[in-house]
Amino acid sequence: MSPPVKILSVVVFLFAVFVAVPVMITVTGRTDFYYTLTSVALLSIASAGVWLTFYIGRINIGQGAYSLLGGYASAILVVDYGWSFWLTIPAAGLLCAGVSILVGLPILRLRGVYFAMVTLVFTEVARLLALALPVTGGATGMTSIPLPGAVSIFGLTIIPDFASLENPRLAFYLLAVTLMVLCFAAMYRIVHSRIGRLCQSLQQNEELASSIGVNIVYLRLIAYAISSFLGGVGGVIFVAISQSIYPSSFTVTDSVNFMLNCFLGGLGYVFGPMLGTLVLYFGWDLLFEAGRFQLLIYSSVMIVLILVLPNGLLSLGLILRRKV
Amino acid sequence: MEQVIVNGFYLGAQYALIALGLTLIFALMNVLNFAHGQMYVLGGFISYTIYGKLGLPFVVALISSGVTLAIVGALFERFLFRTVIKRSLREESTMLLAAATAFFLDAVILLLFGEKQRGVPKIVKGVYNDGNLIMPYDRMVVGILAIAFIAGFILYMKYSRPGRAMRALAQDRVAAQLMGVEVDRYTMIGFALGAMLAGIVGGLLVAITGINSGIGGPISIKAFLMVMIGGAGVVGGAIAGGFILGMLESVGLTVLREFGDVTYLVIFAALMVFLSIRPNGLMGKPWG
Repeated sequence: MSPPVKILSVVVFLFAVFVAVPVMITVTGRTDFYYTLTSVALLSIASAGVWLTFYIGRINIGQGAYSLLGGYASAILVVDYGWSFWLTIPAAGLLCAGVSILVGLPILRLRGVYFAMVTLVFTEVARLLALALPVTGGATGMTSIPLPGAVSIFGLTIIPDFASLENPRLAFYLLAVTLMVLCFAAMYRIVHSRIGRLCQSLQQNEELASSIGVNIVYLRLIAYAISSFLGGVGGVIFVAISQSIYPSSFTVTDSVNFMLNCFLGGLGYVFGPMLGTLVLYFGWDLLFEAGRFQLLIYSSVMIVLILVLPNGLLSLGLILRRKV
Repeated sequence: MEQVIVNGFYLGAQYALIALGLTLIFALMNVLNFAHGQMYVLGGFISYTIYGKLGLPFVVALISSGVTLAIVGALFERFLFRTVIKRSLREESTMLLAAATAFFLDAVILLLFGEKQRGVPKIVKGVYNDGNLIMPYDRMVVGILAIAFIAGFILYMKYSRPGRAMRALAQDRVAAQLMGVEVDRYTMIGFALGAMLAGIVGGLLVAITGINSGIGGPISIKAFLMVMIGGAGVVGGAIAGGFILGMLESVGLTVLREFGDVTYLVIFAALMVFLSIRPNGLMGKPWG
């Protein structure tokens, strides 16, 4: 894409998510869409993290563990230690990144299916830990977590108290979308920077990259840490919206879904996870009408999509261009 | 203590059979079959229908579980996996397909058999009890059958023509093709065989633990654990992994009983340490 087209599409996108969508929702009165779209935004943040691990050639099915960890960290800090919710976003994210470095040191040496399997099991372990540890409240989870409070600098209120708002759904939507935009802007920067190129070299051949002098251990830790940070942040906001967290808030199914979002959008495209999440989440919601056939239709459509577009939805553009 | 070891051995035999199917599919096609647990559940429900509801002999139920799953596996390979492997840029795409087939099987199982826990009448009545060792006879039968199936599988892979062809495929696909192995055909047979094994274990275990539609995912996770311990893509590794996990589970449940439900946490922590020393498991091929 040429630079003007790029800038134009970014402006259109920002206009759509920040202005057009809220206006549309107000006009049609379908306020339930706020919740759906907020979820899509948050899930796409976590999926973006998974996508980054794909970018270094690792299949990550453990993102649910970090979302759960981030969610619990935020909930405990807010409820037990009286932290401001806004501070817990970076705190929980950094905690997840730290844990991921500790976990990643041994397991990032694994490749392919081995890494995938270990991370999958890791999600299950996070659930078991949440059940077993005393601070998490076990199977009953943590409920009635307060809504995010106000933030003011020099007496000027930047973010109002969510509890006093008459439409907290809109506030959460704006919060989630803002974070999503920031997240994907950062992802775009990372992928198009020196580190991004180096990550691509890891994806193709780690030994070769290492022999040229790329510090592969450091790079894959960084990528995994960023990925887990995003997973944690997604989890934090999710907990704030539902005001509760349970060991089963993020399970293996969620981890698999994060991975599927990336696949469906296309592994070669930065914005793949966003599109994939949107399509999968909305597809699932729309099929609610189908009642007990929901899962059957959903999975069949997914299989057909994979058969027709095995390289993701965004590869459609590539195919069309080639035909022209 | 004898009790714990016997329990571990019995668990290990069934686990090894589950892991064998998974590792076979992985060795042949580099596909991590997410739907393995769902195939197990489907096999269990078919045995339940034929043995429990229609009252036919257990052997018939077991055979029809195996045959149905073999057909399902062959169809999956022929019409889904083969196509995607050919068209996809990255071989990880098969994982998406595997996950989608897992959802699909879940949906089919729910629609056909409902969400209730199902059990069947005991296949053999009575309990063996000599004072310090208690073992129901039906568990013994199932354990022995599982070991017989494992032995049969090893012999088949070792001495039959298809078995040899599949081992050649697993070793080097291109070389096997150059030697005149019909790659497509034997990949399909391999996938069918792997699915059949899952179905047979499901059919066997319905006689002991019963079956319900929700356990597919957890079974898959256990199978992954075993394959990681033993090493992916190796028959010996799958068997070793199965017996080790069975033994760990049995010992862990006894030793760690007073600490609550932490057996799997401990197993996972041990696995992390183990994998940092041996990333490919006990006998896995490098970079699976």
